[in-house]
Amino acid sequence: MSAGITTLKNAGAAGILCEVADVIVANKAYLSELDGKIGDGDHGFNMAKGFGRAKERIDGASETLDSAMRTLSDILMSEIGGSMGPLYGMMFSDMADALDGAAEIDAAAFGRMIRAGLEGVQAIGSARVGDKTLLDTLVPAVETYEAALADGDGWSQALVRMKAAAEAGRDSTLDMVAKMGRSSRLGERSRGVLDAGATSCCLILAAFADGIGRRITR
Amino acid sequence: MQRFINNPDDIVDETVRGFVRAHSDRVRLDPGNARVVVAREAPVRGKVGIVTGGGSGHEPAFIGYTGRAMVDAVAVGELFSSPTAKSFHDAIRAADGGAGVAVLYGNYAGDNMNVKMAARMAARQGITVATVVANDDVCSAPLTEREKRRGVAGEIFMWKIGGAKAAAGASLDEVIATAQRAIDNCRSVGVGLGPCTLPAAGKPNFEIKAGTMEVGIGHHGEPGTRVEPLTSATAVADDMVALVLADHALPAGTEVAVLVSGLGATPVNELYVLYDRMADRIEAAGLKIHRGLVGNYFTSLEMVGATLTVMALDAELKALLDAPTDVPGLS
Repeated sequence: MSAGITTLKNAGAAGILCEVADVIVANKAYLSELDGKIGDGDHGFNMAKGFGRAKERIDGASETLDSAMRTLSDILMSEIGGSMGPLYGMMFSDMADALDGAAEIDAAAFGRMIRAGLEGVQAIGSARVGDKTLLDTLVPAVETYEAALADGDGWSQALVRMKAAAEAGRDSTLDMVAKMGRSSRLGERSRGVLDAGATSCCLILAAFADGIGRRITR
Repeated sequence: MQRFINNPDDIVDETVRGFVRAHSDRVRLDPGNARVVVAREAPVRGKVGIVTGGGSGHEPAFIGYTGRAMVDAVAVGELFSSPTAKSFHDAIRAADGGAGVAVLYGNYAGDNMNVKMAARMAARQGITVATVVANDDVCSAPLTEREKRRGVAGEIFMWKIGGAKAAAGASLDEVIATAQRAIDNCRSVGVGLGPCTLPAAGKPNFEIKAGTMEVGIGHHGEPGTRVEPLTSATAVADDMVALVLADHALPAGTEVAVLVSGLGATPVNELYVLYDRMADRIEAAGLKIHRGLVGNYFTSLEMVGATLTVMALDAELKALLDAPTDVPGLS
């Protein structure tokens, strides 16, 4: 079904991560506002700081995506801290390892990349789906993307389905009671607010889907 | 927002720099990491190193407890945010005198992950690391799920006792067991009367309506378990003592240490008003107050409110609590 380009050159694909960073920086206040309702309100600031710094150090026009993700991971783990530092730090580090300097990225390689990212998050954290965390976005997004490829969807279509699953996953956290992190101590009072981590994870995945989608359909 | 700030992004670095300059007789900055504060004499050869760390905004915690016979190195995080794994790792290295390092910290998701990663990095360099996770805040989870409770001001007693035990030449296992016993013997509760503002956000993190109080509030404004009309200091003190003692079930005659800390914007005289009544109630329960500490020991920016911590003592804990120390936060 897929028309047009089915692979991307890894060199220069760092530009996609720069777009992800722009989206996070643009949503700084929104993420902190969400976090402030049931957490301590620092999610947006810390995320924007980490992703913003990464963008300054990445050459989007020539660097590879894995090199850019390694830079981002190092910044999150050594300069940001909090909960999101190690969680997203592990996610991007394992995503970078999955690409490992490949010359080109295709639908299958991207699938391996996000699967590795999911496993990285699961290795450091102890949350499960339904706990009102970023996993509520990441798990259905990865599974839906893999199912799309198994269904024979082209890359663009698989990315569209992944993004929709990420959004549905993010929205599913609205009616959840938090089981992890600071908001878990609120019990029922955590219901009715989107989880900030699930929301930032959705922004990241959607920006990947949009950034790759634009590059392979033009 | 009426605050002394420059660029909100610089506030932690500026805090740490000012702290180290003010207390340069007792602390220094780690040469390789501006987010690690180290005791002047650390590492002490052959002594178990004591490390802690946490988000900024709780001053004098955590950095204020760095010094002789207490904490050897502290990892400093952003405001209300866990330090990085790298900073915990650098603190562990700075504290390591060859006898292992005890990381004594509070139960928060970020700290748990970053300490875990730091311990893994340290182990690769041959440093033995063991941890105690403080969970003294009674309102943050039921007693049956104590492992879910937050760590709050009881951490100060844990550091004091763990630090004194290490200074006495104990092994890593002994330091860990004693620090664990100290925190197991602690129960804390917080009451909030007014919220706090992260300077970068510019508006309060949460809301406490005028005329109300939040019982069981956390150190970062995690909402409490009850929101009630604000009553007299006596009634608040009674409520706090009742919550702590109900969870503790201490036999009459037990000796205790009592810590009343302001959350940042409550006048110290009001803390003494609370303490006066709390001491009455604690003594009326048949307990004997061996030592009382009243002041701003563990704050939450400019939150209005106070915490109460009661630690049950035995002969050893009492001796370790009383052992001399020299840190900026306890004087």
